[in-house]
Amino acid sequence: MSTLQVSVYRYNPESDDAPWMQDFEVDTQGRDLMVLNVLQIIKEQDSSLVYRASCREGVCGSDGMNMNGKNGLSCVTPLSEVVKDNRLVLRPLPGLPVIRDLIIDMSLFYKQYERIQPYLQNDERPPSIERLQSPEDRDKLDGLYECILCACCSTSCPSFWWNPDKFVGPAGLLQAYRFLADSRDTHTQDRLSELDDPFSVFRCRGIMNCVNVCPKGLNPTRAIGKIREMLVRNTA
Amino acid sequence: MVINIMNPGRNGVADWIIQRASAVILGLYTIFMVAYLLFHPDLDYTAWSGLFSHIWMKVFTLLALVSVAAHAWVGLWIVATDYIKPAAIRFGALLFVILALFVFVVWGVQVIWGV
Repeated sequence: MSTLQVSVYRYNPESDDAPWMQDFEVDTQGRDLMVLNVLQIIKEQDSSLVYRASCREGVCGSDGMNMNGKNGLSCVTPLSEVVKDNRLVLRPLPGLPVIRDLIIDMSLFYKQYERIQPYLQNDERPPSIERLQSPEDRDKLDGLYECILCACCSTSCPSFWWNPDKFVGPAGLLQAYRFLADSRDTHTQDRLSELDDPFSVFRCRGIMNCVNVCPKGLNPTRAIGKIREMLVRNTA
Repeated sequence: MVINIMNPGRNGVADWIIQRASAVILGLYTIFMVAYLLFHPDLDYTAWSGLFSHIWMKVFTLLALVSVAAHAWVGLWIVATDYIKPAAIRFGALLFVILALFVFVVWGVQVIWGV
């Protein structure tokens, strides 16, 4: 049995009144292809299908999508990991507006990322060569800086679905903590005061959907817990 | 940003602490009640009203009652801001919640001190 049944979410706002599912049969020749390879084969059958992809090796974060109900990067997700009963259902990442087919509008996701000021801020006079950091302080950034902003986590988070304009979301908060934890950043207090409202951080209910889907194996829930701890210490 | 007419000066940290602290109090009260009931299998009216005649029990019960109100208020405010998007309906629902909680607390005080 090497013919895979694939159902793909289709929506072109210029010609479709509503989204619909299109079925394809893909001959995998018994190989354990990546989901992106399947999309490439489908694209040969119907060139009107559109999706984002670039590096095809899990580095660029372009091809985040919902595969059989779970978010992930199609380029590094083998069929053996997601296909059940020889059936594969591909949908765009949930919770954000669809531009066309598997392509979503990530404006809100980027807006939240921008809000946490994802860059080093230091008011002290720059030293002549570079700002030094001890190996121990550098270790604190491991598990934070590796995020590729694919949005798999934030779009699997119900808190982000309901309040994408107010809750920063797991991806943004992981980066917020990356700069809060950085020994070279001196704006810790300003950063914390931007996050103490009931939505930005505290809308996280710790259900760990983000951890479940992160293709880089990162743990946004732990970072959010650390931010919460910093906020509580700051207040109490 | 959501304008919180129902929540002047609302702060996420305070909400978070209120929810945890009230949960601890409710946990202690629950453990106490379950233990008391287990140790008094032949509980009658005299013993039950005797328990609530102590001032510490009145204070403990009132503390638990206020914790229920605080815990429910924070929690239901979060649920409402997640799921009820039209502001007018959300305002109405939250008004109902806070009025109900207020009534429960006042009524509870009367019951506890009526013993």
